[in-house]
This record gives sequence, structure tokens and C-alpha cells, in this order.
Amino acid sequence: MSDRPIEELTFEEAMRALEQVVERMESSELSLDETLALFERGMRLAQRCETLLDQAELRVAELTELLKGGTESLS
Amino acid sequence: MMQLAWGLTVTQLNQHIKALLDADEILQDVWVRGEVSNLTQSAAGHVYFTLKDAESSIRCVMWRSLAGRLNSLPAHGEMILARGYVSVYTVQGVYQFYVEDLRPLGAGLLHLEFEALKAKLAAEGLFAPERKRPLPAFPRTIGVVTSPAAAAYQDILRVLRQRFPLVRVILAPTLVQGELAPVQIVEAIRALNRYRREYDIDVIIVARGGGSLEELWAFNDERVARAIAASEVPVISGVGHEIDFTIADFVADHRAPTPTAAAAAAVPDQAQLREQIRAAKASLTEAMAAKLSSERESLKRHETNLTRVAPVARLAYDRQRVDELVYRAKLLVEHRLSSLRHQVEGRLVRLRGLDPQAVLVRGYAIVSRRDTGRTVSSLAHIERGMPLDVRVQDGVFGAIVE
Repeated sequence: MSDRPIEELTFEEAMRALEQVVERMESSELSLDETLALFERGMRLAQRCETLLDQAELRVAELTELLKGGTESLS
Repeated sequence: MMQLAWGLTVTQLNQHIKALLDADEILQDVWVRGEVSNLTQSAAGHVYFTLKDAESSIRCVMWRSLAGRLNSLPAHGEMILARGYVSVYTVQGVYQFYVEDLRPLGAGLLHLEFEALKAKLAAEGLFAPERKRPLPAFPRTIGVVTSPAAAAYQDILRVLRQRFPLVRVILAPTLVQGELAPVQIVEAIRALNRYRREYDIDVIIVARGGGSLEELWAFNDERVARAIAASEVPVISGVGHEIDFTIADFVADHRAPTPTAAAAAAVPDQAQLREQIRAAKASLTEAMAAKLSSERESLKRHETNLTRVAPVARLAYDRQRVDELVYRAKLLVEHRLSSLRHQVEGRLVRLRGLDPQAVLVRGYAIVSRRDTGRTVSSLAHIERGMPLDVRVQDGVFGAIVE
């Protein structure tokens, strides 16, 4: 998960990654550099989650319409 | 019983008849349907009425305690389904139907059907808790099976929008009551399953607002139950009100009391998610601050150690050592000098003590022979008539030995 850019993560992926970062920050003995890097990554993940929530609009489609029109109608 | 010429008593006759009826198995527990008429309630609360069909009627009694359990007494002319036993009221020589439970006919029949199907599917294991699958924590798409015209649908959308607008909704519209409903509901569930991978459908909600038993009947249909059981996508049922339990509710992976509750069960609440995110940020910040603080402490310790062993410090230390040594050397020399001085003083005093002049001052004289000049220190050195020189502190005078 650490190889994909944060902007491409889904909400679930970002939340889980954030959880992991917090766990690592709190538990192990890291160097100052590692801690700084984790801190920055964690904050960016949190920001990504909040942005996704802020910008979300419920998308609704009807199945028969969808099937007629193909998959484009949904996203 | 003796058959006497003048016959049985009426009581004996009635009791005989009662015994006959009471021995009949069917009559001990029987369901009867019919139309209600002549319903009255005695002062004691017992309910008396007649049940009839086109050609016949029978008198009915329902004791107050049993009648009290009903939501309401049946109305005149109402078709009901009643359960009870038949026996004889010997006092009047009538047989009566003693009713223990009754319900409106339509609902009554449906109720029996419901119980039968429920038992059958339960026996097949379709309601088993182990069959129920967990709901996804963050569903990507929710398939909704309901009528788009109904308030239930709008309620669902409203709740989803409020709690987790990130999710997508695909509506598979159906009728939700009437004879055609079950087939449509089945097809909707199957269709959503068919396209589940294409549209990432993670959970299905089957919903319908509140209604009577007849109105909710489609969700007690065996075909619907089996379609829900066969669904590869987990199904949440949200049918009717809190008190309504349909077969669909028993088969579903999760039963919600209402359509609104079904939507709430399907997704997390963004208010809670935001709180979790905020808490995560706080934890990160705290951990960061703690790390910085500990690094700072470590740095200070290193600084202190370095200062102690630095050349500058070493020089100062050495300088101080030199000063100390010089000081001590000086002290030693002074001490030695002082000690020597004492010794010299001591000797001087002794010397002075030995000084002949000092002796003379004290009143002693030095006697010496005039002829040899040698000091006289004993009688052996002198004879009578010998001339002597006597030296005192301020001069010499002659003397002759007597």
C-alpha cells in the first residue's frame, strides 16, 4: 500500500493505512527521520479521508437504466 | 346405568352426551371458521356470540381471561378463524364451542401459512446464525430492492446521504405488495447478484415500509425467502415496523426493524469516522512531540558528556592541577625553611649559652695560671703562692693562691 500515491487510495484503504501509521508511531522505536516521515504520511492520509468525505455526493442509479446504458452511468 | 321403566333423568342424559363429546379427540382442539353474529359481553366479562355459515350456526363462549388477550373483539358480520373445544352445557342441554383464540379470517389463514413456512425453512437450516454473513465495513455499492415510489426508498437515500455519501446506490425497482411482487423481488435480487462484480455491489437492502400482514405478505413468500438465502451478496432486510417479523427477516444476513434502520446498518456514520480521523491526528501529533522531546533530552546528555571530555576542559583542568601543585610545592618549601630556621635558632641559643662572656656576665670568673695561661678548672692545677689571672666580665685582675 505504501507504493500507491495517497491521492489514489480509496476511503477504506486510506483509513486502514492511517490506522497502521498510528500504530507504528505509538509502538516501535523509530529514528527521528522515520518518525518525521511517518508523521507526515499519517497527516496526509487523514487529510485524504477528510477530503473524500467532504467532497462526496451520493450517487444513485437505476439498474435497468444502467444495464441499457453500460457502466459509464454509475461513476 | 340402569334403564328403568320411567327412563333416565335429564341430567343423566345430558351428562352422557357431554361424556361422548369430551371423549372425541377432534372436538378437543379444533379450528373453525365462520361469521360472527349476536355478540354480547356479560357483566362478568365473558363473551357470547354465534358463529355461522350459510346453513348452520353454533353457540360460542369465550371466557373473560381469554377474551382479554385479544387486541379487540370481533365485529358483527366479521369472518373469523376461531380455535377451541366443543362441549356440552349440561344445565341447558346445549353444546357450545368454547373459544380460546380467534383472529380475522384473512389474517388467520395467512398466519397459519406463515407459521408453516417458517417451520419448514427453519428445519432446512435457512435461519441458522452460522449462515449469516458479516456486513462490509465500507461498502462500495449498495443494491436496493424496493419501490421507488414509496417513502421507504426516500428514507433510505436520506440516511445514506447523511451518514456515508461516499457509497453508490443501485436501485432494482419492484412492486412491494400484491401477487406480482414476489416474482419481481426475486428477479431484482438475482439481477443484483448477477452484476455484483461489475458494479462492486457489496450489500443488498430489501425494504418496504409498514403495513398489515396482507400488505407485507410478499416478504413471507417462499420464493423470496429462497432468493435471499441464495444471494451471494449479504442481504439486509428492512420490512415494516419494529414489531413486524417476516420470513425475509429470518433468512436475511441482518434484520433491521425498518428501512431507515437498514440503511443505517449498511454504512458507517461519517460523524464517527471524522472523530476517528481527528483522534488519529491527535495521536500522531502527540507521538511526534514525544519523539522530539526525547531526542532533545538525548542531545543535551550528549552535550554534557562532550563538554566534560573536550580539550578546552582538559586545559582548564590541567591548569588547575598545575596551580595546585605549585601551591603545594610552595607550602612544602616554606615548611621546610621554617623547620630549618627553628633548628638554627635552637643551635644559636645553645651557642649563646656556651659563650664564655655570657658565663662571666652571670658572675662567674675564668681563672687561669699566669705562667702558662691555661685555665684552672681543678685544684690539681694549682699550688700555694701561684700567681693567677682572674678574668671577670669587664677585665682581668691578679690573684695569689692562699
